[in-house]
Amino acid sequence: MKQTVLIWLAAGLASFALLPWHMTDDGLLDPAWVNDGAPSSGLSIVLSGGWWLAPAGLALGAALALQVLIAEPVRRARLTLGTAVAGLTFMAIQGLIIVRAGPRLFEGILTGETILAGQPGMGAGAGICALALLFAGTISLSQSGKGQGDAFVVSTIGLIVALVAIFVFFPVIHILVRAFEVDGGYALNKFFPRFFSSDIWGLGCLVSDRSCGVGMNSLFLAVMTGVGTTLLGLSFALIFTRTEFRAKKFLRVLTVLPIITPPFVIGLALILLFGRAGTVTEFFADLLGWEATRWLYGFWGVYFAQLLSFTPIAFLVLIGVVQGVSPSMEEASQTLDADRWQTFRFVSLPLMRPGLANAFLLGFIESLADFGNPLVLGSGYNVLSTDIYFAIVGAVADPAKAAILAIALLTLTLSAFIAQRIWLGKKSYATITGKADSGQNASLNPVLKWVCYGTALPWAALTLVVYSMIIFGSFVKLWGYNHSFTLDHYIRAFGIDFTTGRWTGVAWDSYFTTLTISSVAAPLTALVGLSTAYLLVRQKFVGKDAFEFSTMLSFAIPGTVIGVSYIMAFNFPPIELTGTSIILIIVFVFRNMPVGVRGGIAAMSQLDRSLDEASITLGANSFTTVRRVILPLMGPAILAALTYSFVRAITSVSAVIFLVSAKHNMATSFIVGRVENGEFGLAIAYSAVLIITMLTAILLLQLLVGTRRLRRSDRVQTA
Amino acid sequence: MRKLGMISAAALMASGGGAWADELSVVCSAEQDWCDLMVAAFEAENPDTDVLMVRKSTGETLAQVRAEAGNPKIDVWWGGTGDPHLIAAEEGLTQASGVDTSELLGWAQNMAEISGGRTVGIYAGALGIAYNSEILADKGIAPPECWADLEDPRFEGEIQVANPNSSGTAYTELATFVQLFGEDEAMTKLAAVGKNVNSYTKSGSAPTKAAARGETGVSIGFMHDMVNQAAQGFPLAVVAPCEGTGYEVGAVSIIEGARNLDDAKKWVEFALRADIQSRAPEIGSFQMPSNSNAQVAPESPDLASIKLIDYDFATYGSSETRERLLARWDAEVGDPNAQ
Repeated sequence: MKQTVLIWLAAGLASFALLPWHMTDDGLLDPAWVNDGAPSSGLSIVLSGGWWLAPAGLALGAALALQVLIAEPVRRARLTLGTAVAGLTFMAIQGLIIVRAGPRLFEGILTGETILAGQPGMGAGAGICALALLFAGTISLSQSGKGQGDAFVVSTIGLIVALVAIFVFFPVIHILVRAFEVDGGYALNKFFPRFFSSDIWGLGCLVSDRSCGVGMNSLFLAVMTGVGTTLLGLSFALIFTRTEFRAKKFLRVLTVLPIITPPFVIGLALILLFGRAGTVTEFFADLLGWEATRWLYGFWGVYFAQLLSFTPIAFLVLIGVVQGVSPSMEEASQTLDADRWQTFRFVSLPLMRPGLANAFLLGFIESLADFGNPLVLGSGYNVLSTDIYFAIVGAVADPAKAAILAIALLTLTLSAFIAQRIWLGKKSYATITGKADSGQNASLNPVLKWVCYGTALPWAALTLVVYSMIIFGSFVKLWGYNHSFTLDHYIRAFGIDFTTGRWTGVAWDSYFTTLTISSVAAPLTALVGLSTAYLLVRQKFVGKDAFEFSTMLSFAIPGTVIGVSYIMAFNFPPIELTGTSIILIIVFVFRNMPVGVRGGIAAMSQLDRSLDEASITLGANSFTTVRRVILPLMGPAILAALTYSFVRAITSVSAVIFLVSAKHNMATSFIVGRVENGEFGLAIAYSAVLIITMLTAILLLQLLVGTRRLRRSDRVQTA
Repeated sequence: MRKLGMISAAALMASGGGAWADELSVVCSAEQDWCDLMVAAFEAENPDTDVLMVRKSTGETLAQVRAEAGNPKIDVWWGGTGDPHLIAAEEGLTQASGVDTSELLGWAQNMAEISGGRTVGIYAGALGIAYNSEILADKGIAPPECWADLEDPRFEGEIQVANPNSSGTAYTELATFVQLFGEDEAMTKLAAVGKNVNSYTKSGSAPTKAAARGETGVSIGFMHDMVNQAAQGFPLAVVAPCEGTGYEVGAVSIIEGARNLDDAKKWVEFALRADIQSRAPEIGSFQMPSNSNAQVAPESPDLASIKLIDYDFATYGSSETRERLLARWDAEVGDPNAQ
């Protein structure tokens, strides 16, 4: 361990002396910074008068000296920790105070030509120094007796906490403080009346024909969506694992389709089917002699679209959990003379609780944060996410209102999170124990089986219809109006001039950017998400609950708020990222990480601790245990996290709209622009190509990750 | 752990920096095709300049310009309705371009005067009514000709318009009513029309798209959007209301602190030129150009035949008037489905 500290410290010092401390205009790979003469490394800046960078170098040097000079391990570790914390604190303070325009605080004390010239954002040098100090600190912390002396665990916690603090809290605080803003100052007394106003929490709709507050609308919709998606997801998961249904593979593809659909497309397809002039509506209106109505616009339409969009997420979480329920328990139940219904009701279902709870939580939060469906179908049914968007970009911009609504939304998320914790309680849900079992899951009782078929199959059929419509829409001249066949939309979007070899289609640029950024973001998201899940399920540390909730924050905050807060936080030094592709990658990683965390937690709480213990007893350290024991058993969770983050990076809109730049434009922002312009054909053709791309990627991922084998064979008991 | 470290280091290394000196960063709030056309034309004339263009709506652009104030990443903001451009000018987020406006029509010069030269008008679009001719024929409803017709019960549940709290288009409609009929009368009339409204949408262009697809019978919005939908083949008829109507002015502004000021000024001059403005109809944009020498497309709603009111942008664009009118709208017209 001492060596690891030494390596990190040496790397830190080397980058302090050699790498450019600040961000360079050309990027590090361009060697211009080596020979353009200007002082660029931390050391050379200090030598030419930038004294405020010296503490970082000194802390690294001092920590290195401590490793050599002090032999007594605990004392050495404590001193190193102190030095590292001091170095990191000072780095953060200097970065926040001295910006491009010079110091922004203590202007009286901080004078002198170099300091007034200011500094750009931190670059590679600063980054590696910070990492070196962080890891030297965490490893030392573990050596000083905290965290059961496990350097890997402590360092991972340290890194994730640091990342969440920088990329979730730091930006979000920028916008949330706006809620307390009164006439240029800050005051608490205005906040409470605005927060508890009946505009947000009013229940008028129950007693009169006025509408409820936006918060209530959102809450009601989110609960309905959470319950609905969980039940539908469970039906699908049960059909997959507990029945002999023949077309499972086909069904699997159908369940994935809605999450790989760019926003607005589902809403549009629903309008064309069920809107006032929609195909289905007109058919029934003619048949039954009813007046075609606009029922789709309002609560029911949004609910319908959200069920369609979010059921797959519930399914992805539940499938792993339902597979994981050990047949031994079900066998034991049946041996004790329980029938199949009793076994399901009192054994299997309670064991699925972590999955159900996490699926509900995700559905609830997704519904709260959903923006596209309420925008297209909401009509007068206002919800928090759309109101927040228009408080920021509407005809009257009111950031304070946006911040207050965002806090209302966070309150709802926090309540759901706490409710979920209470429901799960402190019981153990471990069923994957490493002990041998027959591998024969109890099949479903016939009534339940038909209930599952009865809900899931019509739903699958509806999905199929919606997607056939979308594909159809991309091949006709004017969807919904002029249905003559054309390839124009595809040629405009993805044309290639073969004679010159030029990519003439208008969509190529954003298509490749999107694919690159998503493929970089997906593995990072899965990595961060699953490591967090591992820490939460397997490790004990102080402040774990707060840590768990903080990882959910970025997911629960609407994209618009995240987008604007990212600009506010990362447009200026110390971390200046706007206009780069990195800001897009980061926003995806931290926004989608919670899905990895939830899925990971659900899957990992099924793995019996004795598996870890056995591995540790046999001499493996916790890193090896994760790699050789836990990871292989987490196949579905990894697949879900990878798939989901890849797909979300491609389909998310609201956060991205503020962060895309000309160099890095994303597919969705391109599609939304076309939709706004009324060019549905092109938008849908592009969406269809994206859907096929994502489907291919998911199938490849599935091959790559492989299926986990829990038992010699997965069979369903024949009745 | 070490892997994590390496990945974050790699990410840091890949970080690129700000713009090159000869890169011009443009946010375009008009239709995508028009944006593309402008970029291609500008680059053809200025081969040394690399135009980086991204399309964002005016509200989103204003929010971004506000958040980036002090260290902007955008040089020019081209297109989109004038109100947000005026707000940006009022807040000191944009700078005077010093461009020659003598060739421009009155309303475009007016825009520059109000804002102290910070924003200049590039096109105008009149507010109008559109109706789906198939739906109205099916139901035997006579088409509307005037704003006053929309109060008639024959349109019950058939009219769609945006909510002025979220949409600039609907705010233009509100301000137009106030300028046509006086404030009190306008509120009464809007409330009467409101009885026939089936939905107040968030976005200003949504009602016209809904009317095109038959989701609603009648919509209120900008006539060039309506012409665009009709040109795509939908059975949409456009009406210039008999009492007269208001209009929006699309504008161009240079962001305060623009990194490439020289090229930004070149862009503004370029965008105001007659030959450039005449090209808009090539890609289906039928707004009225601001340069008096520019050619007007035959499909464009002919502003000469429309009774245009003398729209007072200085008064109705100010935050104070806006907040007062919207508060009255909420209280007296309101969205019955919402608060």
